[in-house]
Order: sequence, then C-alpha cells, then structure tokens
Amino acid sequence: MKAHSPTRWRFKRPSVIPGFGMALGFTLTWLTLLILIPLSGLAVRSSALGWEKFWSIALDPRTLNALRISFGSAFIAAIVNAVFGIILAWVLVRYRFPGKRIIDAMVDLPFALPTAVAGIALTTLYAPNGWIGQFLTPLGIKIAFTPAGIVVALIFVGLPFVVRTVQPVMEEIDKEVEEAAATLGANRFQTIFRVLLPGLAPAVLTGFALAFARGVGEYGSVIFIAGNLPFKSEIAPLLIIIKLEEYNYAAATGIAAIMLIISFAMLLVINLIQSWSRRRYGYGA
Amino acid sequence: MQTQRLTRLLAAAVMAGSFAIGSIAPAFADQTLLNVSYDPTRELYKDFNAAFAAKWQKDSGETVTIQASHGGSGAQARSVIDGLDADVVTLALEGDIDAIAKATGKIPADWKTKFPNNSTPYTSTIVFLVRKGNPKGIKDWGDLVKDDVQVITPNPKTSGGARWNFLAAWAWAKQANGGDEAKAQEYVAKLLQHVPVLDTGARGATTTFVQRGLGDVLLAWENEAYLSLEELGPDQFEIVTPAFSIRADPPVAIVDGNVDKKGTRKVAEAYLNYLYSDEGQKIAAKHYYRPTKPEAADPADIARFPKLTLATIDDFGGWKEAQPKFFGDGGVFDQIYKPAQ
Repeated sequence: MKAHSPTRWRFKRPSVIPGFGMALGFTLTWLTLLILIPLSGLAVRSSALGWEKFWSIALDPRTLNALRISFGSAFIAAIVNAVFGIILAWVLVRYRFPGKRIIDAMVDLPFALPTAVAGIALTTLYAPNGWIGQFLTPLGIKIAFTPAGIVVALIFVGLPFVVRTVQPVMEEIDKEVEEAAATLGANRFQTIFRVLLPGLAPAVLTGFALAFARGVGEYGSVIFIAGNLPFKSEIAPLLIIIKLEEYNYAAATGIAAIMLIISFAMLLVINLIQSWSRRRYGYGA
Repeated sequence: MQTQRLTRLLAAAVMAGSFAIGSIAPAFADQTLLNVSYDPTRELYKDFNAAFAAKWQKDSGETVTIQASHGGSGAQARSVIDGLDADVVTLALEGDIDAIAKATGKIPADWKTKFPNNSTPYTSTIVFLVRKGNPKGIKDWGDLVKDDVQVITPNPKTSGGARWNFLAAWAWAKQANGGDEAKAQEYVAKLLQHVPVLDTGARGATTTFVQRGLGDVLLAWENEAYLSLEELGPDQFEIVTPAFSIRADPPVAIVDGNVDKKGTRKVAEAYLNYLYSDEGQKIAAKHYYRPTKPEAADPADIARFPKLTLATIDDFGGWKEAQPKFFGDGGVFDQIYKPAQ
C-alpha cells in the first residue's frame, strides 16, 4: 500500500481518516498567516532598535519594574487559580447539587466577558467606596489601585483555564481509585496528595500555564484597577502602550519582544515539566 | 499529489480573502465622512454632525452620513497612521496631527495654516472639579499640594488632556515663582506625589473621581467638568476655576491623502468650515467649549465661562518643543517620577 512504500516519508502513520496532507497544509498556512507573520513583524520592528538601544530599554529600571509586576502578579494569580480551580473542578465533577449547571456555565463567563468590562466591574466592587471595598477600607486593606488589584483582575480572567483543563481529566478518574486507596489504609490526606493529585498534575500544569500566559498579556481588565503608578502598579503592557503613545514603535515592540522571550522560556519549562509528569504519573499516558 | 492539493487550497484561501476585502469598499453610495476625534468630544460632535448633515442637504441636495470615532487622542492618531480612512481629524493635541503628517504624508506639514485661528475652532481650559461644598478648601493651584489633598489626573504619557493639566500646573508655578523653572519642576513633582491613580485617559480619570469617590480634586478639561456636573447633578460636585490656567487648543485638519482618494474634499472642507460658522460656534459653546467667535454664540452660554488669565502653548515654545522636553522618553515627567518611588 501507499503508506508503506519506502520512498514516501511520513510524520506519522496514517489514520483511518484521510487528509494528512491537507490538514498539515492548512495548519502551516494558518500558523504562518496568523502567528508567524505577526510575530516576525515584531522581530523586524524591534530590530530597528539595534542591540544597544534594545538593552537600554530592557534594563531600564522602569521596564524591569513593569516586567516584575506583570510576571509576578500573573504568577501569583495563576497559583491561586490552580488551587481554587482544582477545588471548583472537583465540586463540579464529583457532586450533584441544584444549580450545578448554572455554576458550570458561569465558570466560562470570564472567557466571554470583554476584559475591560471585567476591569470596570471589579474596580467598582473593590474601590474604597465599592460594595466590597467599603468593608475592607476600615481594616486598612486596599485592593483597587494597588498591585493586589492586578492580582484580583488576573485571577478573574484566568480561572476558567484551570477549571476547563482539569475537569475532563478528573472525570476520567474512577471513584474506585479513591475507594481502593481507602481500603488499602490511606487516609483522606494521603488519597488526595498521593493518589489523586499526581495524576492531575499535567492537566493542572497546563491550566496554570494558560492562566499565567493570559495574565502576563492582560491589559483591558488590569488598566482600570491597577492605578497605573510607575514603579508601583504599572504593568508591562501599559508601558508598551505608553511607548506607542510616544510614536516610539521600536521601543514598544522591543518591550513586547522581551515579554515574548520571557514568556516563551517559561512556557517551555512548564511544558517540559508537564510532559515529564505526564510520563511519570499521568492518566492516559 | 500532495503539494498540488496544498497549492490548490492556498489559491482558494487567497481568492476567498481578496474577494472579502474587495466587496467592502463600494458599500456606500452616499457621501460618507469619517471624523476621527478624541474622547470628550462625543457629545459635541453628536450635535454638530446632525446640524451639518441638515445644512449640507439644504445647500447641496446631497445626503451626507458622518461617522465619528472617539478614543484617546494618541491612539486615534495611530489608527489614522495605520490606515483608518479618516476624512478629518479633530484631536486634543497639535502633536498628534503632526505625527500623522510626519508618518503618512497624508496631511501637509503646514496644516495649521489651512483654517482660521491656527486651525482651532474652539478652545478650552483646565479647571478643578471638587466635591460639593469644597471640603478641602481648594481655590488655586497652591492648594493642590496641601498635605491631605489627593489629586486625580490621567497619565500625561497616555492622555492628551493630562498633558494640558501638567503644563497648566507648570505655567502657574513658573509665574508664581517669578519665572523660576526649577521651582516649577519642584511644584509639579510634589503635585504628582498627591496623585493616587494615573488613569490612561480623561474619561477614566473622571470616572475614578466621580464614581469611585477617589480623590479631593479632579484636574479636567473645562467642558468635561461641566459635563460631569450636568450628568451627575450639581448637588455632588462643584467647579473651581483657578485664577490662572492654560488655554487648551484642540486643533482640526483635513486628511488630504484620504479625501482626495475618496473624493470627499468638498464636503470635508465644508464640514470643518462649519465649525467656524455662527451655528458651529453656538453648538461648541453649548457643549462648554470656548468659541473663538464668542459674539456668535448664545450670550447665556458665554456667561458661564469665568474670566481667567491663560497661559498658552506658545509660552512653552509650541508643542514641537514642549512634547519632547516634558513628555518624551526621559523627559521631565520621567525624571520627576523616578525619585518618587
């Protein structure tokens, strides 16, 4: 048959469904048009800077602070989302209760909502005179217009990523696994940390990576709640907008390129850990 | 075989793409004018566009549809640079129109001479919006740096209005200190430390002050301040006009490159000229912009504007000098914000 002829080189054994050539062609075209060309535009435009200028922008204390704030708050938000996303997914997978479908649908809302609306709504809630803010202010807790506000906004936009990646994997875990752990004498703590979580680790990591990546690039929701004070609550995407506002396209794309490089490196590491843990513990490996 | 299939697919995709783009352009048969403007002119141009469309219909028999696009002044200018088909631009800062002229060549470098009064049909100024009863007793610029006062202003790096705020404060401090630039810088640096939030635009800053209840005083365009008062009731806020401020000139220009391509030059010119007509001036004054021909406007509207001493951008050597000096990369704003951390 065709597939076995020695002159034909294949990436993968053909599936029963035909169309590998077409699918690969489509993939490459699509990737090129939508991702590779815009990204190479970024590289070309920032290369107009030259190395020296590029480094002076990269090492400017204001850029460093903005990057620290962006990546730091995205990291914290992604961790919070990983923890609470697992709990939320668990509740949705394992329990039946009235209104479950509504809660399940609500998880996706941050996907659908324009991020600016999310930002304005959260700011309204957490501002010193807002519904929640008015109770926090007397306690000396300030959320809106501080870095804490950024984290709150990023938790909001990132939550569905963890829930939606963990949920299907959880559904695959048979209840018998927990029961078996219990009959073998594991306590609940051991069941969770030694039986259930290791298997979920790859999915959790994927969700974490997605939420983190989304948080790093998030602009719309953050801009309203951050307060945008340089060195305190100024995120890197805002710094890019500021450079654009000065018609300094090269510097803007320069910062964007720096963000891209850091993000890519971090996502690569997360992916490596993930594939390692999938081989080690994962379900369906 | 497979490469052939791939090329066929690519060709189909390209054809589909070009067909979609080609079919958008000739969708409008009537004259359509696109006015790319900045944020706080929304209400003004809503009124003005209706008036102009009626007038144009009466004079020429043609119907004209005017589309208005609003947003941050700099962002709007960038859209035009990147190809937004604006017939006219009515922006917050001269520098933004200069940027379009320089980047695209679609606007001549001497655009300021094309319409009367340096192509500025109406002006405004910077005033203070304070909470009802003025609890902190804010009367003038010096009061803004008192210990317990919080000032709301947007970020001059992203907002045209904020640049006027910044320069107004600078001009006041400079004249109050007998022309001493160092003292002016000291004052503005101190003022910035009283700012708890830097919004990206004038509307955002208004929201922060009005809805979120943050701060004691909002530095705002005069028209924006009156609009807030009108929208939210004078029982909550009041306007304090300082004795000294700056004349804010939002200029207008025709985007020659676009009107010539679209064949809309005549109507675009009529549109901007109508801003200078008696009716146009009346509408501007109604929306709290100071008309350049006050005698044409409703006297009751003019009476709402307190008299004050105004610095102008020329005191700073024009925007070409002021923009890089104060707001450029590494400029005064960047310098005085760094030690504030």
